Amino acid sequence: MSDITADGPVLAADGTPLKRSLARAMRRQKLRALMLVAPLLIFVLLTFIFPIVNMLSRSVQNDIVVNTLPETVRALGSWDASSGQLPDEAVYAAFTRDMAVAIEAKKHTRLGGRLNYEKTGFSSMFRQSGRKMKKLDPVADAPFKDKLIDIHKGWGDVETWKVLQTHSGIFTSGYFLNAIDAQKTPDGVAWQPEEKQILLKLFGRTLIMSLIITGSCIMLGYPVAWLLANSTARTANLLLILVLLPFWTSLLVRTSAWKVMLQQNGVINEVLVWIGLVPDADRLILINNQFGTIVAMTHILLPFMILPMYSVMQTIPPSYLRAAKSLGATNWTAFWRVYFPQSVPGIGAGSILVFILSIGYYITPEIVGGTKGVFISNRIAYHISSSLNWGLAAALGTILLVVVLLLYWAYDKIVGIDNVKLG
Amino acid sequence: MANSTSDAAFVEFERVQKSYDGVNLVVKDLNLSMPKGEFLTMLGPSGSGKTTCLMMLAGFETATHGDIRLDGVSINNIPPHKRGIGMVFQNYALFPHMTVAENLSFPLEVRKIGKSEREEKVMRALGMVQMQDFAGRRPTQLSGGQQQRIALSRALVFEPELVLMDEPLGALDKQLRETLQFEITNLAHELGITTVYVTHDQTEALTMSDRVAVFDDGRIQQLAPPDQLYEEPENSFVAQFIGENNTLEGVVKEIKGGVALVQLDNGDLIDAKPVNVTEAGQRTRVSIRPERVEMDPTRLQEGAHTLKAEVLEFIYMGDIFRTRLRVAGKDDFVIKTRNAPDQVRLKPGQQIEIGWLAEDCRALDA
Ligand SMILES: Nc1ncnc2c1ncn2[C@@H]1O[C@H](COP(=O)(O)OP(=O)(O)O)[C@@H](O)[C@H]1O
Ligand SMILES: [Mg+2]
Repeated sequence: MSDITADGPVLAADGTPLKRSLARAMRRQKLRALMLVAPLLIFVLLTFIFPIVNMLSRSVQNDIVVNTLPETVRALGSWDASSGQLPDEAVYAAFTRDMAVAIEAKKHTRLGGRLNYEKTGFSSMFRQSGRKMKKLDPVADAPFKDKLIDIHKGWGDVETWKVLQTHSGIFTSGYFLNAIDAQKTPDGVAWQPEEKQILLKLFGRTLIMSLIITGSCIMLGYPVAWLLANSTARTANLLLILVLLPFWTSLLVRTSAWKVMLQQNGVINEVLVWIGLVPDADRLILINNQFGTIVAMTHILLPFMILPMYSVMQTIPPSYLRAAKSLGATNWTAFWRVYFPQSVPGIGAGSILVFILSIGYYITPEIVGGTKGVFISNRIAYHISSSLNWGLAAALGTILLVVVLLLYWAYDKIVGIDNVKLG
Repeated sequence: MANSTSDAAFVEFERVQKSYDGVNLVVKDLNLSMPKGEFLTMLGPSGSGKTTCLMMLAGFETATHGDIRLDGVSINNIPPHKRGIGMVFQNYALFPHMTVAENLSFPLEVRKIGKSEREEKVMRALGMVQMQDFAGRRPTQLSGGQQQRIALSRALVFEPELVLMDEPLGALDKQLRETLQFEITNLAHELGITTVYVTHDQTEALTMSDRVAVFDDGRIQQLAPPDQLYEEPENSFVAQFIGENNTLEGVVKEIKGGVALVQLDNGDLIDAKPVNVTEAGQRTRVSIRPERVEMDPTRLQEGAHTLKAEVLEFIYMGDIFRTRLRVAGKDDFVIKTRNAPDQVRLKPGQQIEIGWLAEDCRALDA
């Protein structure tokens, strides 16, 4: 539509262009709407957006090297790493001065820890050197080159200085490379050693298992949603309570219950042995593997599939099925050609919900997943709380976020997000 | 089909009853017999069981008791998709994810008809309702009237012998409704299909149908051609429901020579034709059409009873005048007179005398 007629813009009664007076009229309305949502907006901003942005920024942040060793980084700038020669005395002197300050503030061990992600051995090297360098006077004891090499032979290794130089930038791609099983070496990007490559596999496993979980939720949820949508209001309410019942117990309790069910001495195995389907010596391994994770998570996420499906199916009038049958379609044809296509938006909404929830799931895989059934989020949690490699955790989180957004985009391209109905 | 003589029953309901909850009968003892090619309308207030009857015929509800026969064959155990009955739903039920052509093609596809024949039949069916240009549209891109036409042609495209329509024009505005009423009856007669049409609009029922079945309380109150229904209602429900009617209540004094003398509750006497009354002393409700009331007593039979009336309101309606009177203590008595050059125009407050021919005034059940 155009606001330009043959005689120019459409004018309001007072002669101003209609669009402008409309905008003015709308502005107050918008302002009031904004004020109404402001408290929530601020809350979300402070408690959600800001921490996430902060967290994500850690995935590229690397100022610890520059901040702890400012003079060394500057001095290393003029050193040619490819020459194969150790840096000159100026670098060693700068390093000693920086370390004196760092040791005073007890910051050198943290730097060691950080650099240890890039090359094993740095952590102990910084700790040991720190103890001994405390005794050096940054002015009187010059020159330092030989003394430092004496304190730890690592300072006489060209590699050490190469690593320092490589990671002296404020920003680094190192965490992201780590996250996809690669690393940033002084000679460029390279794969991690074979035995350390687990993250890509974990990403793949997370995606595939999430797909399987989504698939099982569709298979199990569709008939239930159908039943809900096609029964009388009273029965539907009762069924709905049953569907929502799992929400009444804590996630932890439900997951632990699965542990009781699936263990080798658990309910299912006992029953199978008792009726003689499974020999006692050969009990099924149902838990601490991918099977356990899939079963438990399908159960836990099922309501998120059923509810959107139900609300979409509720809007499909029964007269469509009747019309199809009156036109000569069998029950199955009527369902498949007429009902099912109209319920697809519900499947889409449920699938997106379940898939996105499961791709980032943590508790259930942690409890019933063992080593083979854990997800990428368990690795993220490990790096946040155990290895304290927050940069890597942030990089993994960022990749997860991007993957979800990409899938969402792909879904929009293929199915169309307009086709997703939550009710 | 084997049976094609026009007066043999094509659709039959025999002692059909239906209850949804096992407590209340929604349809009570329904008996109905329709010859082939008839256009029959089920007319009745909302909740009177019309849709239920239609659904039993289509196979979506099963009769609790009784037999439904189609062309002499009991269909109680035939599933809906094998009955071959065309159906038009109140909300059209056009499949929203298919185009108009795909909607029409659907019944042909499930009948495994070849592609070229399918396309030909679809275009022919669309042609019947002048909608060929809309074959590629989605139902949501059509107006209500257009959707209705598509629903109609979809119900006809597989050439069923029986078509059921459940208030198909309920959602349309008056003008469109009239056009479509005309189109539907024309099409039904042209194609020779048997039609069961459900509506709660009496004008629709009267103008479209060969016969009308008036439903109330799960029973057919009267089954008759429109003119008979209007002029000779068999009970006071039908008299009230079809067209405008004046009713007066009283007691039969005597019945003599085919005329009942009725004493109204205020003591006045009138003449009426005994329809549902047989002897003196019975309470009755007499019914007289507004256009059959005579204001000129000289035009009545010798000795006919008349009533005093006071004019309350005079409404000029163009082709007719509608005058509201106070008669026998009731002030909702209406008469209609033709707008002819010599017609008197009554004024409020005027005192007049009214009467009628005994056979125009029907003494019905109380
Ligand atoms: N599926 C159903 N379950 C229970 N009661 C119903 C059902 N369908 C209709 N009824 C009841 O049956 C009666 C007749 O309904 P219906 O046949 O739809 O009437 P109409 O079409 O004449 O308005 C109503 O009282 C209605 O509440
Ligand atoms: Mg109805």
